[in-house]
Amino acid sequence: MTTAPVILDRAAIDAMIGVIEGRGHRVVGPVVRSGAVVLGDLSSTADLPVGISDEQTPGRYRLTARDDEALFGYVVGPSSAKPFLHATGVPVWQGERTADGSFATRKPEAPTPVAFIGIRPCDLAAIGIQDKVFLNGYRDGVYGDRREGVFSVVVNCVEPGGTCFCTSMGTGPRASKGYDIAVTEVIDDEEHWFLAEPGSDAGQEVLAQLGAAPASDDERVRVENLLVDAADRMGRGLDTEGLPEAIKASMESPRWDEIAKRCMACANCTLVCPTCFCATVEDETDLAGLEAQRVRRWDSCFNEEFSYIHGGSLRPSTYARYRQWLTHKLSTWVDQFGEMGCVGCGRCITWCPVGIDITVEAAALAAAAKEATHV
Amino acid sequence: MQTIPESTQIDPMAPVPCKVTAQWDVTEDTFGLRLAAPAGYSFQPGQFNMLYQFGVGEVAISISGDPAYPESLVHTIRGVGAVTKSLRNLRAGDVVGMRGPFGNSWPVEQAVGHDVVLVAGGIGLAPLRPALLHVLNNRNDYGRVVLLYGTRTPRDILFQQELQEWRGRFDMDVLVAVDAAGRDWHGSVGVVTKLIGRAPFDPHNAVAMVCGPEIMMRFTGRELVTRGIQPSMVYLSMERNMKCAVGFCGHCQFGSAFVCKNGPVFTYDDIGDLLDIREV
Repeated sequence: MTTAPVILDRAAIDAMIGVIEGRGHRVVGPVVRSGAVVLGDLSSTADLPVGISDEQTPGRYRLTARDDEALFGYVVGPSSAKPFLHATGVPVWQGERTADGSFATRKPEAPTPVAFIGIRPCDLAAIGIQDKVFLNGYRDGVYGDRREGVFSVVVNCVEPGGTCFCTSMGTGPRASKGYDIAVTEVIDDEEHWFLAEPGSDAGQEVLAQLGAAPASDDERVRVENLLVDAADRMGRGLDTEGLPEAIKASMESPRWDEIAKRCMACANCTLVCPTCFCATVEDETDLAGLEAQRVRRWDSCFNEEFSYIHGGSLRPSTYARYRQWLTHKLSTWVDQFGEMGCVGCGRCITWCPVGIDITVEAAALAAAAKEATHV
Repeated sequence: MQTIPESTQIDPMAPVPCKVTAQWDVTEDTFGLRLAAPAGYSFQPGQFNMLYQFGVGEVAISISGDPAYPESLVHTIRGVGAVTKSLRNLRAGDVVGMRGPFGNSWPVEQAVGHDVVLVAGGIGLAPLRPALLHVLNNRNDYGRVVLLYGTRTPRDILFQQELQEWRGRFDMDVLVAVDAAGRDWHGSVGVVTKLIGRAPFDPHNAVAMVCGPEIMMRFTGRELVTRGIQPSMVYLSMERNMKCAVGFCGHCQFGSAFVCKNGPVFTYDDIGDLLDIREV
């Protein structure tokens, strides 16, 4: 397998979409819906948010117009790969009563495998994190059936978003693994091209069908510089050194109470998070009670019923729910899966209606824990 | 604690139909449900099943039967929610969905050669019963055997007949306390922790297994350690909201643990500190 990068133009990106679709994929990529860039069905580059950018600050998200025709001139919106792989509102199994008074279950059909065009490095890393949740030991059918056969064209980020901190989490702005093709977009007044690198045999096969020219050393250096520069311009950071232990030592910190005064327990952060995996199930029947299914829906540790056992919720207070969420993300996740449950995409910061910033809260907890151990 | 090998079922989420072989009342709100287990089924004391009433819903229920007879799969269930009340209507010959067993188990192997102290609160006696039956089935492997049981009122006492048999044995001690009782009760009144000081066992050579409401386990764990049992020899079975039983749904998290797959049995050494923190 040759792994030499090639140069594509917009027409070649369109051709690539066609080739991938021809391989039997449902092609999904960034599209504008209801004033936000989300992942939706894509048939050509004309469906992409061409010439669009976004402004993101804590609690605020706006689309803006660019003065060029960039195809990928924005960062992540509220949706990630999660709705497609860890799908919500889908049956885990279906079943029916049988004549002898028993019942039989059957597995729902697996949907067409998705190809993600323009998924970002942070979201690609998030898929890797959810793989460890759902395909580690027991295999989750809903996730596994959708995960197998996924094709990913990752787009490296040359312009970090306003709430991004992927460099701290080691997930971006350049994808290092897990993709079939990695694309970096270069655009200025004179030129507009894409450097594409294969990351798998399938990616190599697709690129080979495009008849693209290999990238020159100058082109490769230019992309390299853009990505280094993007990392340097990342406005946010999270010091992860010793953080899991510091948060564990902060279980009774007064900071949780202080956060709870701002947190509305709305669950937005968990819904936009590309790694949050908590879900509930609902058992349903038809009116005759002959057909049944178990439907899985996303749940959130911010919901009061989430921790319900007979007698009441175990986490009635907002402070306890926020503590559970942040502690899980940055501390106990490491115990469970060997890495943090955060990729630094910044969504929980942008989509928090009151702009609570996980990097600020984690740093405050860590600083207080450090102070406590020095006393 | 024993590590249970990962399930070999094709889909751990799909319930398997099982025939009900008996249903009976245990107390006013608690009933027994015996199922014919699928071929090849076996379980360790302390494990649980997910029971599914067709179209109604699913609940996590500990196994309370004898592990030596896994084909006769006994559950003791409090009928207090929509699904458990519906399960109460099952009769012999009906079919219920089952998946399991899930979770880790009581340390019955590690306890060989030691005194065994079982402390139960309320329905917590049900998941301890398989451990006690295993110990009694292999009585010579263990030192002294003590069961301490606290419940709300005399009418809530589970397994009354069996408790009387156990009390009549010369090779174990049974102490029972109730929270409240009328004048016709001549036994102990008070919390189960008060029984620990009276229980005959050697704390330096004892293994404790505790199951009950969280607050009861918190104080019981503390009391057992005060009495001299090593915190690593005190085992507690935690209750959390369980939906999937295999670590996918996230509901049962308790610190770093998924109670469904890393538990439900933990040592006081591991979780004693967390029990002292509110709303974990």
